[in-house]
Amino acid sequence: MLKTSDTKHTMKHAFRPKAQNNEEVPPAANDVSKHTANESPSAPVIADPIVRAEQVRLYYGKSEALKDITMDFPRHEVTALIGPSGCGKSTLLRCLNRMNDLIDDVRTTGRIEFDGQDINDKAVDVIELRRRVGMVFQKPTPFPKSIYENVAYGLRIAGIRQRHILDEVVEKSLRRAALWDEVKDRLHESALGFSGGQHQRLCIARAIAVNPEIILMDEPCSALDPRSTTRIEDLIGQLRGEYTIIIVTHNMQQAARVSDWAAFIYEGVLIEFGITSKLFTKPERKETEDYITGRFG
Amino acid sequence: MVLWNGLGVFWPHAVAEVELADLKKLLGEELQTEINPDTGVESIKFKVGNMEDGPAFRWIESSTIHSTTYPQDAYVLERITNMNYYGFLRKLVTPSATISNDGSMQKQLAAAIADTKMKFAREVAPIQAKQAALANELKNHVKYAILRINYQRKQLLAAGHSNDSEEVNRLAQQLAELQAKEERLKKESDQLTAEIDKHEAAVRANVAIFADASGREKSIALSDIVRFYCPNQMSIGSMLAHYCAKIWELLATNPRESNQDGGLFPAIFGTVLMVFLMAATCFPLGVLAGIYLGEYAKEGFLVRLVRIAVNNLAGIPSIVYGIFGLGFFIYLVGGHLDHWFFPERIDAGEPVFGQGCIIWASLTLGLLTIPVVIVSTEEALRAIPRGIREGSYALGSTKFQTLVRILVPMASPGMMTGFILAMARAAGEVAPLMITGAVKNAPVPFDGSFPYLHLDRQFMHLGFHILDISCKSPNVEATKPMVYVTTLLLLLIVLSLSSFAIYLRNRMRTRFQSRTI
Repeated sequence: MLKTSDTKHTMKHAFRPKAQNNEEVPPAANDVSKHTANESPSAPVIADPIVRAEQVRLYYGKSEALKDITMDFPRHEVTALIGPSGCGKSTLLRCLNRMNDLIDDVRTTGRIEFDGQDINDKAVDVIELRRRVGMVFQKPTPFPKSIYENVAYGLRIAGIRQRHILDEVVEKSLRRAALWDEVKDRLHESALGFSGGQHQRLCIARAIAVNPEIILMDEPCSALDPRSTTRIEDLIGQLRGEYTIIIVTHNMQQAARVSDWAAFIYEGVLIEFGITSKLFTKPERKETEDYITGRFG
Repeated sequence: MVLWNGLGVFWPHAVAEVELADLKKLLGEELQTEINPDTGVESIKFKVGNMEDGPAFRWIESSTIHSTTYPQDAYVLERITNMNYYGFLRKLVTPSATISNDGSMQKQLAAAIADTKMKFAREVAPIQAKQAALANELKNHVKYAILRINYQRKQLLAAGHSNDSEEVNRLAQQLAELQAKEERLKKESDQLTAEIDKHEAAVRANVAIFADASGREKSIALSDIVRFYCPNQMSIGSMLAHYCAKIWELLATNPRESNQDGGLFPAIFGTVLMVFLMAATCFPLGVLAGIYLGEYAKEGFLVRLVRIAVNNLAGIPSIVYGIFGLGFFIYLVGGHLDHWFFPERIDAGEPVFGQGCIIWASLTLGLLTIPVVIVSTEEALRAIPRGIREGSYALGSTKFQTLVRILVPMASPGMMTGFILAMARAAGEVAPLMITGAVKNAPVPFDGSFPYLHLDRQFMHLGFHILDISCKSPNVEATKPMVYVTTLLLLLIVLSLSSFAIYLRNRMRTRFQSRTI
């Protein structure tokens, strides 16, 4: 089945629905919870995933926040993680650039493969990983510096100091983030004097400036007004072909508008993962349908 | 109260001539009126000066006062020694000064004094300066070099060299050279002293003859008079000018007369220098410790212990810090430094770092203030929202880069607040200073000889000065006005230092704090 919903996007790969269960995890390990991805009859196979998560579990102290997540993230497309609050979407997202390392008392098992290597491996340089996998947070956090310095921050800490390179990258990033026209005369003013929507676009420009391959977005629009939200959603659509975007959102309509793929996560378990249009119109699991139709969440 | 009394000290008081019932006359300033609570008798305190003739302050019962007049031509002379003189000018005797004979007596006196001062500056002062430089060289270079050589010789002999060995002979030669130099310098110095005496005698021949209230005449050398004025005929303008001149004298000159009169410059310099040294040591150390405790140290038993210790340190009485400074800095560290670098001075009884000096006093006070800085740094860092840190890490920044580029600038207003509090507290502490290096009278530890800023010297401090002149002075009445003035000055200095730090903090706040929109 080809995806037909988005005419701007050209399919780079085909996929076929799985006929049988080919999860690596034996059934015995899954009887901890009654919702398992195991029972999904048609978990998709992605031909060229950029990140593969295999049997990822995460423990906050004693409690298990992520229960055995296995999924692939498609390259150059927008994947949305949806689900009710507190079910592990942000936690999973933060695993992908190892931001959970900053929290004490967190333990992860399993394998997250990026570019053929397990990112939790001791040999991996976390700094380099975070440059290749950027992140935009729910609450925009501009640094108390000028706009220019905010966007150039990622480059400066990577050691790039030549003025002309910084100028070029700053302009390019601000243009791609659809912020250039508004700030081009005020580049050296403090970044703190702008609106929330502009701050979020600034954070996106900041993340783009280091040229990542993946951009993770943790509920980027939940703190913004509708107009800013629309602008950011348009932005995501424009960025999609060049970057892989993984967005966490509890707003289903947004997920439907913005994403190509959607994964429904409930209580730390991946319930269903598939093409957005299909997930929203013909979900295969009852839990998914209940959530989408608003019976809980 | 401090402001009123302090500011009023230098305003010229009127001079009253009082005739008593027993026909004795007094000339002086009326200072205070008091009513004895037991007997109901009213008395007035007069400052009659002229310390060489009797007590400088007298209480007179109002009932014994027959009449009070304010003679226009009463003079007040501020002198180098023996306090003010109150009297009437009779005549001028100036063998070596040339002044015109016209103009009022006042003008002639002023001209004569100015002329004398100029002669003094031209003839005597340069010789005095030369002699001071000589004495400096004699003491600091020659004398200590001799001490060092003697010490080295003793070491060699003790180590087994005979009296004839090469090294001992070489040292003996150096010693002989130095001793010859010492002789030469001493002779030069004596010559200079003779010259100074001669010139001084000539200058001192210029005198003014004054008479006090009872008619007794006195010949006062013009070079002894620092300043004079006739308060009963001064206009507001000249009173203001006098006031400003006194303020200048206070701030820029050295004290006179066992700290009763004269300026406070060494004390001001010592106080400010000590505050700066203290800031330079405690601020970096406290900030670094606070950053380490807040950001890098893994939470555990040791870290908790350190934090408890830091919090308790802030409450320890300052005299305990003084004793610690004495034991640790002066005896232990200073003693060892002397032992390694200046062993000859210990033998001679003149330790270099093993006694109270400005560097140890500053370090002791720095210890006093470090806990405050540590705590405020930690709190300031903790107050930064987590989103900022995560935003920085997510861009691929190391912890150190995040700290230096973002967190420390954002926390700097909080750090400065802690620093202001610390400085304000330390600038006023006197107890630890008493033990670690503040003295009653010492020159400014900054002069022309290397290393220019002498950290191993003792110093004067305004707080200590207040203690000294109010409790330990031979003439407490005379120093009372100085107590108020010194207190006022200390308050002003602390206020201005704090204001400067607050200004810096406010600037940082506008630059670095994020505002929520």
